[in-house]
Amino acid sequence: MAITLDQTIAQRQHNWRSSLLAHQTFWVLLVIIAYSLFLYFTTNAFGTGANLYNITRNFTFTAIIALGMTLVIITGGIDLSVGSVLCLCSMVLAVTMHGDVTFGPYNWLTPLGLEGPYTVCEGGCSINTGIAAALATALLVGALNGIMIAYVGFPPFVVTLGMLSIARSLGMIASNNQTVFQFGPDHEKLLALGGGATFGISNPVFYTLVLAAIVGFVLRWSRFGRHVFAIGGNEHAATLTGIPVKPIKVAVYMICSFTAGIAAIVETGWLGAVTTNIGAGMELQVIAAAVIGGANLAGGSGTALGALVGAALIEIIRNSLGLLGINAFWQGSFIGAAILLAVLFDRLRNFRQSE
Amino acid sequence: MAVLELGNISKHFGAIQAVNDVSLTLEAGQVVGLMGDNGAGKSTLVKMIAGNFLPSHGTMHMDGREIVLHRPVEARRHGIEIVHQDLALCNNLTAAANVFLGRELRRGVGPLSVLDYSTMYRRAGQLFAELKSETRPRDLIKQMSGGQRQAVAIARTMLSKARIVLMDEPTAAISVRQVAEVLNHIRHLRDQGIAIVLISHRMPDVFSVADRVIVLRRGRKVADKAIASTSPEEVTGLITGAIEAA
Repeated sequence: MAITLDQTIAQRQHNWRSSLLAHQTFWVLLVIIAYSLFLYFTTNAFGTGANLYNITRNFTFTAIIALGMTLVIITGGIDLSVGSVLCLCSMVLAVTMHGDVTFGPYNWLTPLGLEGPYTVCEGGCSINTGIAAALATALLVGALNGIMIAYVGFPPFVVTLGMLSIARSLGMIASNNQTVFQFGPDHEKLLALGGGATFGISNPVFYTLVLAAIVGFVLRWSRFGRHVFAIGGNEHAATLTGIPVKPIKVAVYMICSFTAGIAAIVETGWLGAVTTNIGAGMELQVIAAAVIGGANLAGGSGTALGALVGAALIEIIRNSLGLLGINAFWQGSFIGAAILLAVLFDRLRNFRQSE
Repeated sequence: MAVLELGNISKHFGAIQAVNDVSLTLEAGQVVGLMGDNGAGKSTLVKMIAGNFLPSHGTMHMDGREIVLHRPVEARRHGIEIVHQDLALCNNLTAAANVFLGRELRRGVGPLSVLDYSTMYRRAGQLFAELKSETRPRDLIKQMSGGQRQAVAIARTMLSKARIVLMDEPTAAISVRQVAEVLNHIRHLRDQGIAIVLISHRMPDVFSVADRVIVLRRGRKVADKAIASTSPEEVTGLITGAIEAA
């Protein structure tokens, strides 16, 4: 029976089963499930409510930022400044809610010619003001990154590397390099936001899931998401077909910084204190999570689920080393190996396909 | 009335004069073959019509009205579609996604509108069937052959009512059967009253489908003749410079 042209065109290369197996994310998820089962049966502590609560809460800080980072990576860029943005936003939140922007004898406003103490809100700002200030800071940094990358044309690596240093230094200035552990009138609200629980699940988990649903929806179902993938696939083609490449790139870096701001607020709430090394090294962990989850650093592919899966694997590895009695310094080796294996697996599959 | 009139169009990139004082007209329902050696200025000329470059000098009139095209989107709004030499496709997206790139269909209302995958797949499938190409809308571009990619790039020009279709080497990397299909498609477009510019190195293709041939050499127009009043030998001579002008 000869096959007609219409039948050929209507053929599907993948059904849903083979589609699933073709994705790196699926395999990483399998590894997570397998490893979790292994830990459940070989250790006493893994399966306990307390441990699971800790794991699900701890992975959220990386996961939230990994969602934003995935967007940037899909466009073929990278954002090394997220850890420092987290620090800066935490400081802005702390300083705003604490209310007193001068600490100690040295007033950071003095070089600007302003006499201190200068109070933003009498007695300390409300949590809403603090959150608004922190997120506005994040968006501003993201916009600066995006404009330098998209309109001035600097490489993303260089721009965000510079911003990494700048943002952290500004964070230290804002707090005068001191630990802040008192958050003004809404102190309890902030602690409940980051450290509280609802129905026995820690609050950050809900924020992460909602954020993941939004990002996942945007990537798959919105025109903006389709354009983000197009820019990563062939930026020149995207420009030729009329896609507003530069504004979209700025938006993407703003979103990434925004997620760093959200993580800053949540982590500060959980820690109950802000130190100047908060978020140090976070950028590499977030990038690792995104890559393990299936985002290709060359651009063009990535998913919201992948960001969650990558962050989850890193957290489970970290958690399990303690439970298995392995020296905690092995953490780096295992996470590094996970990155290499996840990407190697994906390359091998693609290599065979392109033969 | 001519669909498009180029008057003394020039384009230079720094010291390099890519297109030098070229004037031509495009009539509706006519296929113009644009020929010339590498570096003669054919792609640059066509890219100016498509809105990629602004001419350094000269005017463009469409239906008698002057137009200035700053961006490819503006050219598209005037009904000018182009198939680029490198096809301008995104490897990581499906064939349907590439066809609708920049013009994605959505369903729903306002902020609640989402991508209309089913309509885009269906419409892309229809366009591929019209081109008699075995291209599947759901397949990723990176897994496709040259001919299939060509079909995707050509299908893009069929999305809206085009007035002018520009094709830069559309038959360069495809099979014999596919070439025949592309040429048939060009005839089909011509019959609908669309003006077509075909850049091609292949003499048989141009002589089979074009009504007129324009030859560029080193940025200048050296010939603008009806196909019936010239021959492959004469055109070859014009391209290489053996014949000065015609």
